[in-house]
Amino acid sequence: MSNDAPVKKKRKFELDPRLAAYKGVWVFIEHERGQVHPVSWELLGEGRKLADMLGVELAGVVLAAPGEGQPFCQEAFAYGADLCYLMESPVLKDYRNDPFTRGMTELVNTYQPEVLLLGATTQGRDLAGSVATTLATGLTADCTGLTIDLDNRSLAATRPTFGGSLLCTIVTLNYRPQMATVRPRVMGMPERQEGREGRIIEHPLAMAEESIITKVLDYIPDDTRDKPQLPFADIIVSGGKGLAKPENFQLVWDLARVLGAEVGASRPVVQAGWVELDRQVGQSGKTVRPKLYIAAGISGAIQHRVGMEGADCIVAINNDPNAPIFDFAHYGIVGDALQLLPALTEAFRQKLATARRAG
Amino acid sequence: MHSVVCIKQVPDSAQIRVHPVTNTIMRQGVPAIINPYDLFALEEALRLKDRHGGRVTVITMGPPQAEAALRKALSFGADEIILVTDKAFAGADTLATSFALASAIRKIHESHPVTMVFTGKQTIDGDTAQVGPGIAKRLDLQLLTYVSRVAEVDEAGGTITVERRAEGGVQVLRTALPCLVTMLEGSNEMRRGSLPDQLRAARHELTRWDRVAAGIEDVTRIGLKGSPTVVNKVFTPSPRAEKAEMVTVDSGRAADLAVELIARIGGRFPVVEAELARRAG
Repeated sequence: MSNDAPVKKKRKFELDPRLAAYKGVWVFIEHERGQVHPVSWELLGEGRKLADMLGVELAGVVLAAPGEGQPFCQEAFAYGADLCYLMESPVLKDYRNDPFTRGMTELVNTYQPEVLLLGATTQGRDLAGSVATTLATGLTADCTGLTIDLDNRSLAATRPTFGGSLLCTIVTLNYRPQMATVRPRVMGMPERQEGREGRIIEHPLAMAEESIITKVLDYIPDDTRDKPQLPFADIIVSGGKGLAKPENFQLVWDLARVLGAEVGASRPVVQAGWVELDRQVGQSGKTVRPKLYIAAGISGAIQHRVGMEGADCIVAINNDPNAPIFDFAHYGIVGDALQLLPALTEAFRQKLATARRAG
Repeated sequence: MHSVVCIKQVPDSAQIRVHPVTNTIMRQGVPAIINPYDLFALEEALRLKDRHGGRVTVITMGPPQAEAALRKALSFGADEIILVTDKAFAGADTLATSFALASAIRKIHESHPVTMVFTGKQTIDGDTAQVGPGIAKRLDLQLLTYVSRVAEVDEAGGTITVERRAEGGVQVLRTALPCLVTMLEGSNEMRRGSLPDQLRAARHELTRWDRVAAGIEDVTRIGLKGSPTVVNKVFTPSPRAEKAEMVTVDSGRAADLAVELIARIGGRFPVVEAELARRAG
């Protein structure tokens, strides 16, 4: 190589000085009907790591009706927040896009955080898209991994792309705050630290009910009886297209019954109508974190993987030794799920019966 | 009643394959479809037209071949189709996309005042659910996301009542027109297009707008330049540090495999063992 060959210099990234003043990691504390959504605590756990990497404080943001927000702030401290921004107003009683967007935007403009995380729920996504547009900043949806690129203090947000066929990492360089949403159960629940304290910064919202166009007429709570509850299940047995026929899915139900487990399914199986949408595990379905996840006849496409790789122990049964699921399962059996599922049902039945006799 | 429906042409994700060696998307042969969630938006707009009269304009931002998605929308009964297409839009993230679509809707509004804007709840390729809210904010429209039912539209009174999916229940909301609604899946069933509409879909002249026609002067707000987010890399996830421990038995019998698997789990995952013990007790 000659000496006059052009040297390719890595262009150094310089953040706009006005934006460099933005400091701190924020988590939106989402609540409905007096209950904080657990995704907010999961995000505080993740936000804690990011704040520590950046050497800044972690804050919870609570928008609530008068007198409602204090306990949420105390909970946020127990889950790792150093401080909370508390905005209370009668117009914040129920979630509505306009007052919440206005309130959050005002807090951001006043206190200037560098990172803002929200749950990828119907509320969090409604708010995130509106706030990001109003602030004209970058927003990355449904992240499955968050970290800080310490070279430029930027948030590196990883999410599935191309319908969950690949992953991509997205950064927001010259805009603040850097916003991201994360789906419930993607991040683990942080340890609750009883008695941990923090400070509360109260900020008013100057907005009268008369100025708000959208009104809440009613709220009809879901009837959750008989509904599958996958996200918080401890054991899940899932089936995929490898089971070949809808009738064969009964073998998944049989094993689940013996284990007292929930039944999950892959996207193709749900699309084929073998089981209901509420049982779909993966990017466009539910994200789960059970102690034991048994996948029968599921190849392990990325869109499925991102929904269940938080499980403590993954068992994969597939007749294709090259199925991607063996790359991230803990135990693999290459074989016919139609034979192995009944065998597992019987073996678990005996194990539980033995334990019962002994206990 | 004039509804504008925003749709997107997407690859049928059920048929996307990743090349096993190069880890790149194999696009060849993957059919392009209307984003399935957008069909619920289109059907809801058509129902409003059935009840209240008026028109349905369908708009998309995309490459020239997105014309096919618009013609499909015509075959279901839409009145007008507009393709917003320009090389300057390439590389747009959701912020830049909502800017371009909002400009185009403003342009539509000049000739035919808009009562409602509809979108699907999200697309199946990007999955962000950000463009609908973005358009609403830019046009200063009331935003109603994840709508499972349009209960009532009072055109004379200028109000709309909807049911909106919240996390633990359904919110019943009333707001003023014009507004933007993002429709939830399963909220209705797309009609079959009539024969006359299908014939019209083939013949109808497409309105094609470039950046200027869509009313966009500032090129720093669109395409790659107007996008705060940057995709740093696209990749396949790495295997876990250790690949799966493969369970085999000499006999090869399923019953023996099952017993062997359970024994191994018990040795390595006390958390699972404890959970099973809890269930036995």
